[in-house]
Amino acid sequence: MTQMESLWRHGIKTGFIGAVTVVLLALIGMVEAFSQRDIIAGVISMGHALLLVIAIFMGYIAAKRTALSGIGSTLINSVVSGVIIAGSLVLLILLGSWVNLRSIFMNASPALYSLLTFGIEFKNGWTFLLLAGALCGLVAGLLYQSFPTFRRILITSLSSVIIAGVLQDMLRPTLSAWGPISVISDWLFSSNGLSLSGAITLCLVIAVILFIWFQKRDILRTRFSRLPSSGQRTLRMAGYVLLVGIFLVLPQVLGLFLSEVLTIVGLYVLLGLGLNIVVGYAGLLDLGYVAFFAIGAYVTAILTSPELGFFSLTFWQALPFAVILGLLSGVILGVPVLKMRGDYLAIATLGFGEIIRILVLSDFLRPWLGGAQGIGRIPKASIGGYEFATPQQIYYLILAGCAFVIFISLRLKDSRLGRAWKAMREDEDVAQAMGINLVATKLLAFATGAGFSALSGAIFASKLSSVYPHSFNVMISINILCLIIVGGMGSIPGVIVGAVALVGLPELLREFAEYRLLVYGAALVAMMLLRPEGLWPEVLHLRELQDAQSSSADSETPAPSGARI
Amino acid sequence: MLERLRERITPTDIVMWMIGGSLLVMIIWGSAATLLAGLYTPRHWLDFVIFGLAQGSVYALIAMGYTMVYGVLRMINFAHSEVFMSGPYTAYYVAAAFYRSGLLESHPVLCLLAIFMVSMFISSMIAFLLEKIAYRPLRNAPRLIPLITAIGASFFLQYVFRGLYGSGFQAYPVVKMLEGHWTFIGIRILRFQAVVIVAAALLLAALYSFIQMTRVGKAIRAVSEDKEAAYLMGIDVDKMISTTFIIGGMAAGAAGAFYGIMFKQVHFFMGFIPGIKAFTAAVLGGIGNIPGAMLGGIFLGLIESVGPSLFLDGLGIVAPYQLKDAIAFTMLVLVLIFRPTGILGERLAVKKA
Repeated sequence: MTQMESLWRHGIKTGFIGAVTVVLLALIGMVEAFSQRDIIAGVISMGHALLLVIAIFMGYIAAKRTALSGIGSTLINSVVSGVIIAGSLVLLILLGSWVNLRSIFMNASPALYSLLTFGIEFKNGWTFLLLAGALCGLVAGLLYQSFPTFRRILITSLSSVIIAGVLQDMLRPTLSAWGPISVISDWLFSSNGLSLSGAITLCLVIAVILFIWFQKRDILRTRFSRLPSSGQRTLRMAGYVLLVGIFLVLPQVLGLFLSEVLTIVGLYVLLGLGLNIVVGYAGLLDLGYVAFFAIGAYVTAILTSPELGFFSLTFWQALPFAVILGLLSGVILGVPVLKMRGDYLAIATLGFGEIIRILVLSDFLRPWLGGAQGIGRIPKASIGGYEFATPQQIYYLILAGCAFVIFISLRLKDSRLGRAWKAMREDEDVAQAMGINLVATKLLAFATGAGFSALSGAIFASKLSSVYPHSFNVMISINILCLIIVGGMGSIPGVIVGAVALVGLPELLREFAEYRLLVYGAALVAMMLLRPEGLWPEVLHLRELQDAQSSSADSETPAPSGARI
Repeated sequence: MLERLRERITPTDIVMWMIGGSLLVMIIWGSAATLLAGLYTPRHWLDFVIFGLAQGSVYALIAMGYTMVYGVLRMINFAHSEVFMSGPYTAYYVAAAFYRSGLLESHPVLCLLAIFMVSMFISSMIAFLLEKIAYRPLRNAPRLIPLITAIGASFFLQYVFRGLYGSGFQAYPVVKMLEGHWTFIGIRILRFQAVVIVAAALLLAALYSFIQMTRVGKAIRAVSEDKEAAYLMGIDVDKMISTTFIIGGMAAGAAGAFYGIMFKQVHFFMGFIPGIKAFTAAVLGGIGNIPGAMLGGIFLGLIESVGPSLFLDGLGIVAPYQLKDAIAFTMLVLVLIFRPTGILGERLAVKKA
């Protein structure tokens, strides 16, 4: 009896987690919304793919947890988890047919139930569903037992088909804008989703490429390391030049919508690099960072917009004022919080950010700042007749800004000031004892970060040609903080990766806007649980994190351990 | 002597005193001008105070959760505002069912109790699961990581509830018994406000005595004092942390039900602003300090309802009520600058927060 229990335990446990997940997804309407869109036309919709992926994934986890107890038990466990997941859906449908769930859960409609049984009548549907669940579990179990290389190739090629299906609206116009390539896109995509033949080809092509890559990878690496150092350097330089070239032609290739997304990502990169100095380098947790973004945007607006009629400078004349005022406000807001640490600092800065937003929003300052209606008619930036008006043109403005800020960040990183920031981040008291002037160092960190943010704000104002107080709420600060941490704290490439992942991807999936933040939140939690060091961590910070974890793991077990005494 | 004093005072101190001083002058001048101009009658002030008390007791209940969690885990539980939202949002369906069946008319007290129970239960379960799934694996991670997790969990919960129940405002049914007002030693007081104030006071008293007098409360206090020592004394630290989350969740659920009764509507995003306010209240009272959180909540509620009219009207500021949040946050920043340990001071001495 107990043996049976322990044999099935992991399968049942993961099955229940999966069951809760799929029932939740069904009830919040994700399955139904996603099934509007086919991944492969007429074969499988996104909603069904979602269910299958979850069932297979949970089965895989169940298999992984029981890996030590032999093939038979692994397969049993993954099948059990699959059956439980399918069973939960069957129960949901049964419950829904007895009780009117719809009066509480707005998505529990007959349409959902028929979707869940893959369109088959419930009489036969429930057996089909259970069989499908068992099959998913079996596939997952077999997948776990197969060769690692085969597994990776299979998973990557299948997920690329899914990604192509999900992003079809972006890929299709982009591909079809390019003469000869448009033939491929016509063949790959049908009216809704990939065509069956297209999907199979895509899958095979990716699989073959991956297969060759896995075969030749080591050879290429050894060849590269055997090159003389000058050769390596030229290759690296060539890589960088290629990268710059790609960045320069990107908006022309991608078209209007994707360029718009790129400009948004670019603005967040600018903001992220600024906060990266404050949080990543200097370790000062600032949650009111959006205030400086607002200050940059509003200074630009006041100085350039004819609507208020105080000044009518051009964008380039206003930009230095915006940045300098940003720097100054960084110092001014930095002075009161000099003595605060950690969470207190976070809260105080959060308070500052909100105070500034509320003041801007109020009727009291309306004659100067425009109140809730904001300020409009901000002129676009232009150089010698070339106006940065469309997203594709503004992209270059933002790219230049990013390049400038990345350059400064890189130079600051290992400078005397940068090292002082890092010392302060590790331990303020020790840093002070080493002769670092804490006041100046902290204020410089606040000021630099604020300056970057104000620069971003100025570009933002000219991009939208209007500013509203609602664009500057606390969620922006939180988003920027999240993207830094997801990217990897203190790491410059990390900021870019984080911005693409947390700002770019959600923008691309705007169609599913309702579920965007849900997935975003779940992804943040999962990321922090599974990979807290970030996607592209800074080497030093990674080491610290590992040290901290190993030392806290030591102290976590107060059980007698001879070695520690 | 004077030399010594001059050495100790840094330029930043002077700047801070100047900021503080000018704000103080502004407050005094504004209040004096308002009072002298006689813009409001005593009745108005009384209404402001009562509304402030009702609002403040809701903040106080939510602040309990923040402060207790901060006590045991040293983390800001950003998702607590969603714990607050989940209870009353679920209890809405219970309330609506009671309303449809007519029970709310015939047995209003029982129905209200049931609504409270459901709200408290759901909130505490959400808080419990939150800790178990999202926070427990990160017990020993650097400080920022649980903060980000909490933010992520907050998004997730908001949109799960939006997905489950829809994105519109749901109107809480009107309870006939709580309409109108009572007169109490010459003071007219809106019934629902009176109920909220009395019930919240009872709950806060119950919570306080639970923490102070029971064994479990003692264990929770021990855990927040020193986790390892508590472990060595035979206290199940994990269980106590779970209990803390459950208690905080219950308080938040009750606060949510009060909120539903006062403002008569629930929404998936309703937690955000009260959450930030309650957090401010917790800091005002000295975070980690339970009576402080109660006091801070009530103080914040009062400042918010009385402050705009008292401080700002006299200065001739247009539409001062728009600035009530700014007043709350200014209070927060001032307290953090001049008395970072809060009004009552931090019971659980955290020198290096």
